[in-house]
Amino acid sequence: MEADAKPKKSGPRLCCICNQRRAVLKRPKTLEQICRECFYEVFEEEIHQVIVENQLFKPGDRIAIGASGGKDSTVLAYVLSELNRRHNYGLDLFLLSVDEGITGYRDDSLETVKRNELQYGLPLKIVSYKDLYGWTMDEIVKMIGLKNNCTFCGVFRRQALDRGAALLKVDKVATGHNADDIAETVLLNILRGDIARLSRCTSITTGEDGPIPRCKPFKYTYEKEIVMYAYFKKLDYFSTECIYSPNAYRGFAREFIKDLERIRPRAILDIITSGENFRISTSTKMPEQGTCERCGYISSQKWCKACVLLEGLNRGLPKLGIGRSRGLNNDIKKDTKQGGGTKSIESKQCGSLDF
Amino acid sequence: MACNSATCNSSGCYKEYEVEEEQRQPTTRGGINGSATTHQNLCVKCKSNEPVCCGIGGDDARFCKDCFKTNLYGKFKQAVSYNAMITPSDKVLVAFSGGPSSRVVLQFVHEIQCRAQTNFDASKDRSLPVFGVGVAFIDESSIHSFASQDAEKAIEDIRSIVSNLAPPEKELYVVPIENIFSSDNIDGKERMKKLLDAVSDVTGKEDLLIHLRMLSLQRVASQNRYTRVVLGSCTSRIACHVISATVKGQGYSLSADIQYVDSRWQVPVVLPLRDCPAQELNTLCSLDGLKIVELLNGPCSSINGLVSSFVKVLQEENPSRECTIVRTAGKLTPFHFNRIPDIHDSSVPLATRRRQKRHSIKPNGSLSSESFCPICNSPLNKSNFSSSLRSLQSNENSDIFAAAACSSCQFQIIPKEPSLMEQFVSLLPQPLITRAKHGDRGDFSLLREQIQEFLLSDGEDEI
Repeated sequence: MEADAKPKKSGPRLCCICNQRRAVLKRPKTLEQICRECFYEVFEEEIHQVIVENQLFKPGDRIAIGASGGKDSTVLAYVLSELNRRHNYGLDLFLLSVDEGITGYRDDSLETVKRNELQYGLPLKIVSYKDLYGWTMDEIVKMIGLKNNCTFCGVFRRQALDRGAALLKVDKVATGHNADDIAETVLLNILRGDIARLSRCTSITTGEDGPIPRCKPFKYTYEKEIVMYAYFKKLDYFSTECIYSPNAYRGFAREFIKDLERIRPRAILDIITSGENFRISTSTKMPEQGTCERCGYISSQKWCKACVLLEGLNRGLPKLGIGRSRGLNNDIKKDTKQGGGTKSIESKQCGSLDF
Repeated sequence: MACNSATCNSSGCYKEYEVEEEQRQPTTRGGINGSATTHQNLCVKCKSNEPVCCGIGGDDARFCKDCFKTNLYGKFKQAVSYNAMITPSDKVLVAFSGGPSSRVVLQFVHEIQCRAQTNFDASKDRSLPVFGVGVAFIDESSIHSFASQDAEKAIEDIRSIVSNLAPPEKELYVVPIENIFSSDNIDGKERMKKLLDAVSDVTGKEDLLIHLRMLSLQRVASQNRYTRVVLGSCTSRIACHVISATVKGQGYSLSADIQYVDSRWQVPVVLPLRDCPAQELNTLCSLDGLKIVELLNGPCSSINGLVSSFVKVLQEENPSRECTIVRTAGKLTPFHFNRIPDIHDSSVPLATRRRQKRHSIKPNGSLSSESFCPICNSPLNKSNFSSSLRSLQSNENSDIFAAAACSSCQFQIIPKEPSLMEQFVSLLPQPLITRAKHGDRGDFSLLREQIQEFLLSDGEDEI
């Protein structure tokens, strides 16, 4: 998409939206050359449209914003509180942060969230892996090494967010997943053969039938634009990659998408469109939904994934729950029966909250 | 999990040592499980011959030359018979590009034809005729900048390859791509150049060429009464197509392009090498000395090129990645045209007709009539019709055409500016224009098929 032909002046270009102010940036999504003010406007307006068209919120909702201190969640907190004011969404907004216990990364980013609490005036709640599970990510990595650690962290974080949300008594959790994230996930699911996840991963709202539904207001927002917004607005955020992440498989998809964006920026949205339109028969989709026997969390197996992984950690079996299951849940059941159901003193229950 | 080599076991030997150090005692790296002896490297299947190459399982699968060929040919045969791709009354046109996949599919088709011929000669009543085979090469030398003697030599090589595959005799059609304009060559070349130059997007240009190539093949096939077009598309190519279609927003129509059978076209297209990875096809060509004719293009700066290198990187990281990609995409729901149409021709033996009916994929419950994009012929997602309705206000041919196209073609192929768009549409070959006119009425042929036996008059007017 090229900007409309303007009279070629030798002086500075004008913003192609307002035609008044000087253009200072090229919009990553459309390559339009626009001024700062117009950029803020289109950025915020597009997100507002996404919220309205997909009916993400209703007046009176209590919303927890998953806040990591990174650019996505900081910008999300800023924009949501701004739009809440401007368009009268009538929402009660909170910041919800998860402390995985990664020194040199999470402790720094949490400082950022604490500053955000003051800057945006949004109440903050922090839940930590140590409190919930008895393990920090540093301790986990020491035990299992640098492969599969992302699996542990992802599973634990999902539950941690839900527990924090329950403590705050919110109606919904909003996360900062952006278009690049969702496009990467679509590709990953194709590469990994996960057709069930492929059918769900492009939904803007998930978990409506679970404890707390979640939504992704940034579903169509480009990562580069989020960075640009934070940069121009001088928002306070923490911008380092997790120190344990270099080996993640997602890296392949990310590299590819970065190269793709250079050739054709709209390809990111096209991947999401493809993901939404894949012909996946509804009969292959949902696994049967039940509850975990150990902690009551939502689960399709006897034990939820977090309980399985935790059991593995506490028993010194780091591979428990990793890779294709060969009746892992059955193994666990057998052991607890034999052991008379006694649990290790070190292992904390997943949590005693009712779901 | 390795997908193709169902018989592959771990043997723990280095293949490099096996071939070269045949005279010396081959060294093994670590123990071998199972009953295989520690010093000899044996084919994992027949356990009697020297292994020469690996299957897709990387170092693990080790077949000898014969077992490897049998395995690969077996996959081809399975695809052909299970999907009833070729029946005795068919005339199949093999699309030949000169590359390894084309060469192998041509070879394999020739082999089943030979077998059928032998059976025919030996049988007393001669009831089952032998299917006919033709070969088509689409000559694109007018578009690319090949040296003319390279192009001529390539054609000569292809002629000799095809003539060496007789008996039974196979007709070779060398068709310059500009012939789809059905006028004389000089005009055709100019028009083709103008048409491609009208497309500004690099990927769009490449894809338009692919669509024109298929149009060319269809034209040759239908003019010469062929009943099937055989493509040599292998697992690797299909894996690349899965990713590039996803990236271009064609997720809805993806499942149409990657099945064994594609009957959207006038002459149904079949993909018998769908389960064969490119690596295995390359190996077969070198093992059997099958000649390959390759005209090299310049470096590819399009999305297709990027996807190709991406899949290569993934494949290096995990050799079964291509198979996983194709398997995942195979779980998407195919369309009703992804099966061989039922045969109503009474001249075809009843047994053949019954067998074809039994094997073809049963269509899923609803028989929705699909509309197709006039350029790429991909089925259109009904929910994206709002823009087309708006454009139908206009009476301009080009507007109607653009509105009928899929969103991907609208973006990457059709020029945006109205005057350029009009010029582009005027340069397109006639069949595409015709497709646009009929496209929005949906595909009634399948519905007709259902009620065929109850229709009385032959001169039924098309609605």
